[in-house]
Amino acid sequence: MPSPDSEPAHVGAKPATQRAAATRATERPWQGRIPLLLAVPAAVALLFLLLPLAGLVIRAPWTEARTVLAGAGALQALKLSLITATVSVIIVLLVGVPLAWILARPNLRAASLLRALITIPLVLPPVVGGVALFTVLGRTGLIGRPLYRLTGFAFPFTPYAVILAQVFVALPFLVLSVEGALRASDRRYEEAASTLGARPVTIIRRITLPLIGPGIAAGAVLAWARALGEFGATITFAGNFPGTTRTMPLEVYLALETDPGSALLLSVLLLGVSVAVLALLRERWVSRW
Amino acid sequence: MKTACTHKARQPLAFFALTAVLSLLLSACGGAQPQGTAPSPSSEGSATGRAITVLAAASLTEAFNQIGKEFEAKNPGSKVTFSFGSSATLATQIVQGAPADVFASASPATMKVVTDAAAANAPKDFVSNTLEIAVPKGNPHKISGLKDFGDESRRIALCAPQVPCGAAAVKVFAEAKIVPKPDTLEQDVKAALQKVAFDEVDAALVYKTDVIAAGDQVDGMEFPEAQKAINVYPIATLKDSKNPALAQAFMDYVLSPEGQSVLTKAGFAQS
Repeated sequence: MPSPDSEPAHVGAKPATQRAAATRATERPWQGRIPLLLAVPAAVALLFLLLPLAGLVIRAPWTEARTVLAGAGALQALKLSLITATVSVIIVLLVGVPLAWILARPNLRAASLLRALITIPLVLPPVVGGVALFTVLGRTGLIGRPLYRLTGFAFPFTPYAVILAQVFVALPFLVLSVEGALRASDRRYEEAASTLGARPVTIIRRITLPLIGPGIAAGAVLAWARALGEFGATITFAGNFPGTTRTMPLEVYLALETDPGSALLLSVLLLGVSVAVLALLRERWVSRW
Repeated sequence: MKTACTHKARQPLAFFALTAVLSLLLSACGGAQPQGTAPSPSSEGSATGRAITVLAAASLTEAFNQIGKEFEAKNPGSKVTFSFGSSATLATQIVQGAPADVFASASPATMKVVTDAAAANAPKDFVSNTLEIAVPKGNPHKISGLKDFGDESRRIALCAPQVPCGAAAVKVFAEAKIVPKPDTLEQDVKAALQKVAFDEVDAALVYKTDVIAAGDQVDGMEFPEAQKAINVYPIATLKDSKNPALAQAFMDYVLSPEGQSVLTKAGFAQS
């Protein structure tokens, strides 16, 4: 068993132990006291993230919680949000992991250009993303127009549009996270398997995927969170109708118009549910890796 | 900072990191008290005391930009900065202490939010606006009138009932005894109009002024029931104004024949 600090002897070490050692090494660069130089900015960062949340919780009118949260609108929106975000993440995984795999190939020339293109949805204001989706998938869009002519179906104002908008904004999070994991993983295991005669699909299934499991999980969690909070592209491309396209963030935004108190309660509800889901997932799957 | 500098001189990187954090903290503190400082637009040029910020309903965008230009020309050295948005959002911002001098709202209800919080002086109605049916250019989906809004197979955008244009729509449909079948309830009238301009909906119910402002992207259609839901726009100067005289002058200009003529051209009716 090689010590985490020394250059580990790769030969003979099982991938799992190898990775565990590597994780330990990155998680704890030093044992012992945290240097003040890191503790201060870390505390600032933590407070900066937590104080607004605390503000939400404190200002929310808890006495009205029963009526607001039991209202049909809130639960309907929450249900729609959870379903669409989950479907979106499944789609993101199905297309994102292969994309990341291709992107991480060492001999890919256009990799940096591709990577830049993939990050576009991160930079683009989501509302513009919604307009961009219109130009392709709207009723008069590049693909949307022939589709509408042939079938009479158009994406906007359907839950499918909500999912498309979420996939559009969430995909980069997964791709970049998985690509990073692939680059950091040791390719020699794949090469070894290949020389031993394993077919490419077997290598991906038996070697690559287990190696980058934590990266996929982290990317999926990021993508799910981004999809759940997605607002701008949704309100533009999917519209805003209770039950079909009004997700939780849209419900919160609309509630801000008339009743800021209930908007706070709804935000806390969304936060609570998402944190609970993530905690549960962590318990069940992530800890296994 | 001097002591920190000498103390940490041996570790330049550490010093930079610390300075960066400190300066971030300081700027964060500065940003936390917007009421105490003048709104940023006023810091432009020498006209610090001659600048006002006007918060106005989104439907006033084109007309107020024009009025602002004329007002600045008539009052040399003055600077009017606008922030347009949903009236309800703007009202919330004012109650939360946003630094502004004048509020022009698209409904008496949203103005009441501000006056109830004692944040505004006595408001005055300055224009009114009526609803119109907006259809994509050339009416490709052959909308003939308000009754098409009750047709399930049509793609229809309305404003959400929580915002003024949606409240007016509810009134209109009740008057016409039509149950609308919208596909989307938009947050504000510009969003509803945008769906028409993209030809994603067959029709939307928006303000007449929005149809005019959209130019040749959409066509407008008047309908008789619109007269039952005329929307009145109130304007008021705000209590927290740093420049109440100029704020009052701007409000007076909006109410003056010159201001009213710009608003009429934009499709508003005299209140």
